[in-house]
Amino acid sequence: MSNMFSDWFSIIAACAIWLGALNLMKISLNKAYKKERDWFYAIVTIISFLVIVIAGFFFSGGRRFQEPGTNFDWLYINIYSPLSATMFALLAFYVASASYRAFRARNAQATVLLVAAFLVMLGRTPFSDWLSGLLFMPEGWQISNISNIIMNVFNVAGQRAIMIGIALGLISTALRVILGIERTYLGGD
Amino acid sequence: MELSGQIGVWIAAFLTIGISSFLYRDNPIYKFCEALFVGISAGYWFVSLYFQNLLPMLFDNLGITRLLGLSQTNGALQNVLSGQWDERIWYVFAGVLGIMMLLRLFPKIGWISRWPLAVVVGSTSGLYMITYFQSNFLSQLQNTIIPLVNLGRISALAQGSGTLDEYFAAYLGNIVVIAGTLSGLIYFYFSKEHKGVFGGTARVGIYFLMITFGASFGYTVMSRMSLLIGRLYYLFGDWLGLVR
Amino acid sequence: MQKIFEKLLSLDRRYIFLVIFLAVAVPIFLKLKIDIRVTDEVNAFYKAIAELSSGTRVLVACDYDPGSEPELQPMTEAGFRYFITNKIRFIIIGLWPQGPMQANKALVAINEARDEYIVVNDEKLYFGTDLVVVGSDTARYGIDFVNLGFQAGNELVIQRMGSSVRAAFQTDLRFGKPIEDFDIMRGLNKLSDFDFIYNISAGYPGTVEWVQFAVDRFHVPCGSGSTAVQAPQVYPYLDTGQLSGLMGGMKGAAELEKLVGFKDKATMSMVSQTAAHIFVVLFIVIGNLAYFATRGRVAKKG
Repeated sequence: MSNMFSDWFSIIAACAIWLGALNLMKISLNKAYKKERDWFYAIVTIISFLVIVIAGFFFSGGRRFQEPGTNFDWLYINIYSPLSATMFALLAFYVASASYRAFRARNAQATVLLVAAFLVMLGRTPFSDWLSGLLFMPEGWQISNISNIIMNVFNVAGQRAIMIGIALGLISTALRVILGIERTYLGGD
Repeated sequence: MELSGQIGVWIAAFLTIGISSFLYRDNPIYKFCEALFVGISAGYWFVSLYFQNLLPMLFDNLGITRLLGLSQTNGALQNVLSGQWDERIWYVFAGVLGIMMLLRLFPKIGWISRWPLAVVVGSTSGLYMITYFQSNFLSQLQNTIIPLVNLGRISALAQGSGTLDEYFAAYLGNIVVIAGTLSGLIYFYFSKEHKGVFGGTARVGIYFLMITFGASFGYTVMSRMSLLIGRLYYLFGDWLGLVR
Repeated sequence: MQKIFEKLLSLDRRYIFLVIFLAVAVPIFLKLKIDIRVTDEVNAFYKAIAELSSGTRVLVACDYDPGSEPELQPMTEAGFRYFITNKIRFIIIGLWPQGPMQANKALVAINEARDEYIVVNDEKLYFGTDLVVVGSDTARYGIDFVNLGFQAGNELVIQRMGSSVRAAFQTDLRFGKPIEDFDIMRGLNKLSDFDFIYNISAGYPGTVEWVQFAVDRFHVPCGSGSTAVQAPQVYPYLDTGQLSGLMGGMKGAAELEKLVGFKDKATMSMVSQTAAHIFVVLFIVIGNLAYFATRGRVAKKG
């Protein structure tokens, strides 16, 4: 019975994601129809959606749609995969830019954060061994060892506090939902 | 230099450069690639979820695929119609709830989607309450109620030389974990004013949290740079053949 | 000097992008050798899989997408290499739709056979998909490994596997055949029948869910390969023993490659990674120096 109920959950979750995709198409169609700003790109979105859906449903061998060599797999490897990876890769540039322009040691707490970040960033690379040698730090008492202390002790303490705090908050919210006190997830009215 | 002969690699490379052009400034090529990505992603999930979720769980179980001649296996419909009870017939309710979810597309009858939404929220509340209590609360609390010094590690160190992190873990590790966890939790307790001893402990907690966030930032930088390295290897290696 | 700092503070961010690009791109061509120091958490993971004897069955949960490929794909490949050379059988699943496809990609990447296929008993067996050759060892689909594909439902899939693997995964990804038809699945009825879980995770659902459901409920040991963003958050699970080992980010992948004895993409990328980290640290230092140097002048003006 619990297996069946979890299947129900999966089916509803799948329909929720279908809802998102269909809603995207609805918004894009509306934008293209009304010729709103950047309506051309809405058409690109619609066409790309239709191409992969048609290829996946009708031209990729049915249930074996993900097998290497199918049209769906080709679209995944050569279009979806590089686009997705590059979107995330851009974050590298933004994190460097943000580090330069926004990361300021304005007070003691921010300085502690910065020092911890430095030690972890350097300690997790072989450069720390060279730097430790330059500072005459003996083997076993180097920047990488300090980085290990930060990750295995201080980070565990802080993350544990956050984890326990979140767990307590989640339990109380779940109880409120089950008891019907919390109804904001239903929206409106 | 050995350029790739595959058209797919060239398409992937141009899409990569198209997205990266945003670093210079917003431009039509980037907008095109972005719109393409949005459409392809939505379509990918649409097809994937159909074949891997809805088809086997709903349509096969109910016998709709058998009815349409797409499957050879009897489903609940065929069994029930031939007089044999099949508990999979209850999946029809899941189908109905799924359709009710999709009705959100129509504003006038969108309120119907609150029913399946309530099923999802209620079941996840019940599920998470237990799992988070056990894994994220009890287990973590259990490993915070530990001796102030780690005698096992101290005796292991006594037998040979150790590194800085081993000595720290043995003599100070447990104290730091206990102090950090407690002071961090005290910081998050906003129902009492942070004054006096309570306030002082909360301020200590802030410093532990700052170290945690610094460590997270360091790892975040590592993660983002890794993604960039991966993309550059693709361009210089798979596309241009400049590296192997 | 003040003018230099003021100019630095108002530097166009595109110059920063260019420096980062060069810092990461130039080392790719230099092919420098670098020694990787293995951390305790990766050693713990390696120790956990080293304790598995030949023939044992590991559940490999590939919970990531192409966005996390540079960090996690080397971990997947190193793991598969280890399992095949040590005759440990593995069953691939995914709670992310792209995960099982990434696993297929990893198998193709580690395959060392040059031929496209071989004919055995009138059956064409394709290298990289039906047969994977690593050194002198060969793994065969259905006997030494199988890919059961993706299943929607997030943590509920794990819960369902707890009582019945078949309830969660009815058919395999490659042929669409019932899972009972495969030799490797014989005797594997529920989650606790697995000897180990190797989870490669980029977020939700992932390591946290495997710990909460598979480890805490069904007591199956689990080791995790996580993205560097997620890794700090799962250290508490390592500390409590809920995780047998942890590899964080590309550095973790490079450490596993060293332990497995096959230095590959992650190791090659560590030079670029090091250069990138150094420049980010320099940017923060220069940014702060410029800020504090000009702050007094701004205060005086104000």
